[in-house]
Amino acid sequence: MLEIEIDGKVIQVNDGSTVMDAATQAGSYVPHFCYHKKLSIAANCRMCLVQVEKAPKPLPACATPVTNGMKVWTHSEAAVKAQKGVMEFLLINHPLDCPICDQGGECQLQDLAVGYGDSSSRYQEEKRVVLNKNLGSLVATDMTRCINCTRCVRFTQEIAGEMELGQAFRGEHAEIMPFVEKTVDSELSGNIIDLCPVGALTSKPFRFSARTWEMSRRKSVSPHDSLGSNLIVQVKHDTVKRVLPLENEAINECWLSDKDRFAYEALGSDERLTKPMIRQGGEWQEVDWQTALEFVANGLKSTVREQGAQSVGALLSPHATLEELHLAQKLMRGLGSENIDSRLRQADFSGDASRSGAPWLGMPIAEVASLNRLLVVGSFLRKDHPLLAQRVRQAAKRGLRVSYVGPNAEDWLLPVRNRALVAPGKMLAELAGVVKALSLAVSKPVSGAIADYVAAVAISPAAQAIADDLAAGSSAAVWLGNLAAQHPQAASLQQLAQEIARLVDGRVGIIGEAANSVGAHVVGAVPGAGGRNVADMLDKPLAAYLVLGAEAEFDFADAVKTRTAFEQAGLVVSLGAFRSVAALDYADAMLPIAPFTETAGTFVNCEGRVQSFYGVVKPLGETRPGWKVLRVLGNLLGLDGFDFAKADEVCVEALGGSPEFVSERLGGLVDVPLSSQPAAEGKGFERVADIPLYFADPLVRRAPSLQKTKDAAAPLARMNAATAAASGVADGQLVRLRSAAGVVSLTARVDEAVADGCVRVAGAHQSTAGLGPLSGVISVEGL
Amino acid sequence: MLSQESLARIDVEVAKYPPEQKQSAVMGALRIAQEEKGWLANETIDFVARYLDMAPIAAFEVASFYNMYDIEPVGKHKITVCTNLPCALSGGVHAAEYIKQKLGIDFNETTADGKFTLKEGECMGACGDAPVLLVNNHRMCSWMTPEKIDQMLADLDK
Ligand code: SF4
Ligand code: FES
Ligand code: FES
Repeated sequence: MLEIEIDGKVIQVNDGSTVMDAATQAGSYVPHFCYHKKLSIAANCRMCLVQVEKAPKPLPACATPVTNGMKVWTHSEAAVKAQKGVMEFLLINHPLDCPICDQGGECQLQDLAVGYGDSSSRYQEEKRVVLNKNLGSLVATDMTRCINCTRCVRFTQEIAGEMELGQAFRGEHAEIMPFVEKTVDSELSGNIIDLCPVGALTSKPFRFSARTWEMSRRKSVSPHDSLGSNLIVQVKHDTVKRVLPLENEAINECWLSDKDRFAYEALGSDERLTKPMIRQGGEWQEVDWQTALEFVANGLKSTVREQGAQSVGALLSPHATLEELHLAQKLMRGLGSENIDSRLRQADFSGDASRSGAPWLGMPIAEVASLNRLLVVGSFLRKDHPLLAQRVRQAAKRGLRVSYVGPNAEDWLLPVRNRALVAPGKMLAELAGVVKALSLAVSKPVSGAIADYVAAVAISPAAQAIADDLAAGSSAAVWLGNLAAQHPQAASLQQLAQEIARLVDGRVGIIGEAANSVGAHVVGAVPGAGGRNVADMLDKPLAAYLVLGAEAEFDFADAVKTRTAFEQAGLVVSLGAFRSVAALDYADAMLPIAPFTETAGTFVNCEGRVQSFYGVVKPLGETRPGWKVLRVLGNLLGLDGFDFAKADEVCVEALGGSPEFVSERLGGLVDVPLSSQPAAEGKGFERVADIPLYFADPLVRRAPSLQKTKDAAAPLARMNAATAAASGVADGQLVRLRSAAGVVSLTARVDEAVADGCVRVAGAHQSTAGLGPLSGVISVEGL
Repeated sequence: MLSQESLARIDVEVAKYPPEQKQSAVMGALRIAQEEKGWLANETIDFVARYLDMAPIAAFEVASFYNMYDIEPVGKHKITVCTNLPCALSGGVHAAEYIKQKLGIDFNETTADGKFTLKEGECMGACGDAPVLLVNNHRMCSWMTPEKIDQMLADLDK
């Protein structure tokens, strides 16, 4: 510890602290621009100059290490004189036209100029002008306003993992730019808008649509990935104008992924369903809620009466709120049906019988920092979980060694030390190889139930390397990604992941696909005894489906099968915020329910944290919060226990109180015999399906600016050169892909980041829906 | 993109640093690339960056920072005049003006016959010798009076 006196206050600070750290600790504000607590120190703006005893000239607080007994004045005459001098320099080239700048009112330069600037400028000469850059559809530029603090540059390099911006040229000509005409394509790019202390980088979708002081700031929680980023939703005239991060060190830190930040644009989409609609005699008509709900209630009642409760099922989106999921499952169970599921993209349910508790990350998010080994199985980590990947990236800089088993090797912008790049059908054997090598390395026997299977596999060099690396660590975790969860042998993969964790005394977890994947399990949005899981409900179609927040062609493991099942069902009730074209064909009632900004609700994130939020704007048109709709439906069906006045009451009932974490209800471990079924059968190549991040849920699919990014490009048929050669196709060629379910045409792309014998074809997209299942065998034929 | 010979020379530069810090060789690599290509086109910079496992923009930062790197084509002879303060106080700007008028070009321009390019340079660490200029990145010329400039241009024009 070091002792330092700041502005007359004596404090103790940790060794290695800077004067800026000490000032923060002492509660003294030092003006600054380039300094940011999450970024490296650049010390290039010089705004943080302070007076230091015995130093002949002012020193930058952000870059001056504390020495024992140091005395610092942050607001002395000398300090303020230096700060004012820097401010005058900064304003020399900066336009003095805040009224026409989008950052006006929330600009650090503007704010500090009030304190340190003069009322008029002594500078009369020409100011420099910097041409704007096209950084893509999310970030707008006004480069003349740039003060060259390089925060944006350091962000892309250090946090996002790829230096997409730089400071080119020098001196007066220095400018921030991407490399020739390139756009900034990071899935975290929006954070540079928050970081930019001036109006050089602003939000393109939000630009000039409101002033910060005209908007109210309301807290919310992101409904997308399983992290549960905390949001500030800014609202004006009852419309959501933009979304900013609410800092929460335990979850999203001070960041947001672009999905969290820009998906709000979909809230105003033309495709919003604003009135209840029912189909009678083949004709769609808009009706009032009473009529719609009676139609639905009657339909459900008569189906149950005529075909039994087992002919009704609920398919619930894991992006739905806890309240909605709770009431939907309660309603189903009230009708006497256990046909309830929320794991819509999953294919293997063999673990259900042995599983108790909700599958979760197996550890708190913040503890990623303390891991030194991480094995990821089946994941598109960077795109599926942008901010979790960011944490792993930071941990990797401090010594976390990451390994991977799966059919994909796209760049995560973090070092993956060992990688077993194997087809989905070989993942089980590969993982068993890791178990075998690991058991030898740590001299612990393999658990009885899987010992035979493991004994029979060969250890590949990659599996050996992964095992050696894991064995050498001291704090390990094994994570199953979305691809592993959607794998046809998911339970067996999990069984082996559990075994690996056991052998290294590590933790095992499932990252989880959606904002409420954990919550859905916790409230029982999964089939109970005698109930049917989603695959079963679609394989042997039911007479009636209640579909909440999901779209047949995008949100299910098999778009074709789902569509067929819905089309032949007597009654499909679709509750959602949007009017989907497909639903017009297959649904019988479409009920407009509120997206997350228009309803109170709760999500349970991947670490089991319960996060409730309120609606921030009024529901659009006739839209109603889902929990209210389900409550009324429960009443109309004459079911007990549907008398709730507030969303909180539903949450309290669902969780048995208002816990901060659902710790006692977490678990999700399986105990299954390892699958002997091949993961893929037939002649051809194995499909590897990613769910592109801007197609993953109904909201993000309709966010126009996100849809213009590179990540939203139309899916390609990606395969390595060997696979392409084997199927006789060339890069860029149009190919026909055929599965048992159907045929689609896509452009081929030679991509060495795909395992041999596999074709990576994204799911959740119109152009690939015709292929049916996300896994399995497809053939490729050049056109 | 680059000849085997250039690549071999770049490898020599790379070998001077630890393998995970390949990008430390960027200055040498860009110099070698420029010697082969005459100037550094974006594709060349991109190639060098990839060769060194670094972000292209990071290599571009270096190439655009130092004015011995040419990110635009230059004439046969590149004349870089220092106009930083010490030189400016001792006739550096006048020397530059004289050359401009003599060649009929401004800074960053090349004569129509492709012989001369004029550049504005930063301090060359020879302020005492002002006015100072650099010919073709390698030859430093001191105390450049108009007479000496005439002589220099005539020699180069031969
Ligand atoms: S664009 Fe903004 S964040 Fe980037 S260097 Fe300029 S002022 Fe700083
Ligand atoms: S904040 Fe210290 S130099 Fe910029
Ligand atoms: S200022 Fe010209 S050489 Fe130093």
